[in-house]
Amino acid sequence: MEKGGFSPVGLRVLVVDDDPTWLKILEKMLKKCSYEVTTCGLAREALRLLRERKDGYDIVISDVNMPDMDGFKLLEHVGLELDLPVIMMSVDGETSRVMKGVQHGACDYLLKPIRMKELKIIWQHVLRKKLQEVRDIEGCGYDGGADWITRYDEAHFLGGGEDVSFGKKRKDFDFEKKLLQDESDPSSSSSKKARVVWSFELHQKFVNAVNQIGCDHKAGPKKILDLMNVPWLTRENVASHLQKYRLYLSRLEKEKEIKCYSGGVKSIDSSPKDAEVNSGHQSPGKSSFVFSGGMFQKATETDPKPLASASLSDPNTDVIMPPKTKKTRIGFDPPPISSSAFDSLLPWNDASEVLESKPVLYENSFLQQLPLPSQSSYVANSAPSLMEEEMKPPYETPAGGSSVNADEFLMPQDKISTVTIQDLDPSAISCMKQQEFSSNVTNNTEAILRSLNWELPESHHSASLDTDLDLSCLNGDRFLANTGLYFQDYSNSPSLLSELPLNLWYGNERLPDPDDYSFMVDHGLFIS
Amino acid sequence: MQRQVALIKQSLFDQGYLDEQFMELEELQDDANPNFVEEVSTLYFKDSARLINNIDQALERGSFDFNRLDSYMHQFKGSSTSIGANKVKAECTKFREYCRAGNAEGCLRTFQQLKKEHSTLRKKLEHYFQLARQAGPKETARRPK
Repeated sequence: MEKGGFSPVGLRVLVVDDDPTWLKILEKMLKKCSYEVTTCGLAREALRLLRERKDGYDIVISDVNMPDMDGFKLLEHVGLELDLPVIMMSVDGETSRVMKGVQHGACDYLLKPIRMKELKIIWQHVLRKKLQEVRDIEGCGYDGGADWITRYDEAHFLGGGEDVSFGKKRKDFDFEKKLLQDESDPSSSSSKKARVVWSFELHQKFVNAVNQIGCDHKAGPKKILDLMNVPWLTRENVASHLQKYRLYLSRLEKEKEIKCYSGGVKSIDSSPKDAEVNSGHQSPGKSSFVFSGGMFQKATETDPKPLASASLSDPNTDVIMPPKTKKTRIGFDPPPISSSAFDSLLPWNDASEVLESKPVLYENSFLQQLPLPSQSSYVANSAPSLMEEEMKPPYETPAGGSSVNADEFLMPQDKISTVTIQDLDPSAISCMKQQEFSSNVTNNTEAILRSLNWELPESHHSASLDTDLDLSCLNGDRFLANTGLYFQDYSNSPSLLSELPLNLWYGNERLPDPDDYSFMVDHGLFIS
Repeated sequence: MQRQVALIKQSLFDQGYLDEQFMELEELQDDANPNFVEEVSTLYFKDSARLINNIDQALERGSFDFNRLDSYMHQFKGSSTSIGANKVKAECTKFREYCRAGNAEGCLRTFQQLKKEHSTLRKKLEHYFQLARQAGPKETARRPK
């Protein structure tokens, strides 16, 4: 399929135009692009529709001139409330108007009469927006990382989920498949390559091998492969996994530098290990994911409401209850983290109330991350970082500390949960936070500070943890889910979910070369 | 018969009544919407009649609120681009220029012209569609040379 002619099936478009003739034409055009079209003659009506189904649309196309509301105002609303890409339309191509559109955040400005070919490529705006969000989170200082993330995103986005059919909508597959074939790999051979699923066990072997060899920088794929003793694994698989792993490690390093906690590193080291040990006791099986999944499930079940209310930043004693119950399940000694480190980061450590509520919040948000181990790190992150987290391989998420072992690497939830569940004292919290920081593996201090402030835009939306859980998968998902291009039925089965992220992350071992990606990116982020 | 239809359509293009947008509409016509172009056309004329009415009333009031008139005309122009009503669109542009210049006289004159063009086009298209329906559905979908 030719590049220009491609358009993803099922992209959900909302068209807003007071001109009935254009509305009819656009509807027909968009349908011909195989998009899912909803038309609307009034801006207010459009807003209502959008708000009603917050993730019901992928992109909005709106006329600039409308009787009931200025198109730019609508644009603002949509941008602020829903963060959807918006394309403006007008018969007027005056520079000032166009500039106004751009200033108000329009992704594009189409001049009437609009041609079909212009509509065929609007999906690119959706994609670009998603990637931009990831990049924003990656932010400063991680340029390489950002690129990598973007590339990974795109691979993931485009084809990572193909092998895992967990209720993904068919249209998502179509889109991803097509994108993959058309955009990412011109040779379209990537879909035929075998994919390695880096399960927890496999990764554990990998990390063990790496640690065995010593400094991972010296560890070469061949050596690691030999040590791992996994017959079906290829050197290539190990090499790419190692690459990601190294990136993760380097991020951890950067994280630590930026945070500059005193004794932070030590604390991080100790706590994960403790958690590990303790969680080990609790864990029936090898797979920490399952374990943590189970644990969290319980946690979720016990007291969703108090947690939720905690997240609504209303500290009360009820909130403390759930942690204590969980505490009995997981014995964990607070790591010897100096409160000072903690203090430096948290302005609120005076308020005991806040302290109490915050860890729970962590827990809450953490529990939200439950189904996706890779997400566990996010914890109080805002949606964008959630997505980023999700996009990143699990090993990037958790465990802080320079000494990384497989358990730490892939058992983020364990540690964080244990920490959160711990005594609600600063040390636990700071440990938790540190883990969160390191698990964020993002250089974006803003995002982190935001999380510190317990801004949970996504989680705050719902009062019930169930929804949060849903959101957890979807938060990261959300952006992509919004596009209808992603797994939407994610949160159905916990065990499946615990497997999921790994599949997602590692499922796409045959990541195209960076070249392909940059090619894709260059051509993908087309928007002139 | 079919040739006649084709010729009529061709002349509409040649004479500048219609532009490429009309062709775009024809390309949208398919089995799911076999009379798409005609439907759009009908819709346009219905809606534009309403707009013309608004402008008429505004002009009759004699107050000449140029901003308002410009706004109406902006709407009208946008609508006219939908079916590729070329000449009508040209008149819209002229009208808006007069509005910006604050030239009431120019506005009035242009508007009369606009209404004429609009009416002419409607008749021609009605005739065209009628013939096309008689000739057979395929004809309307064929692109002019």
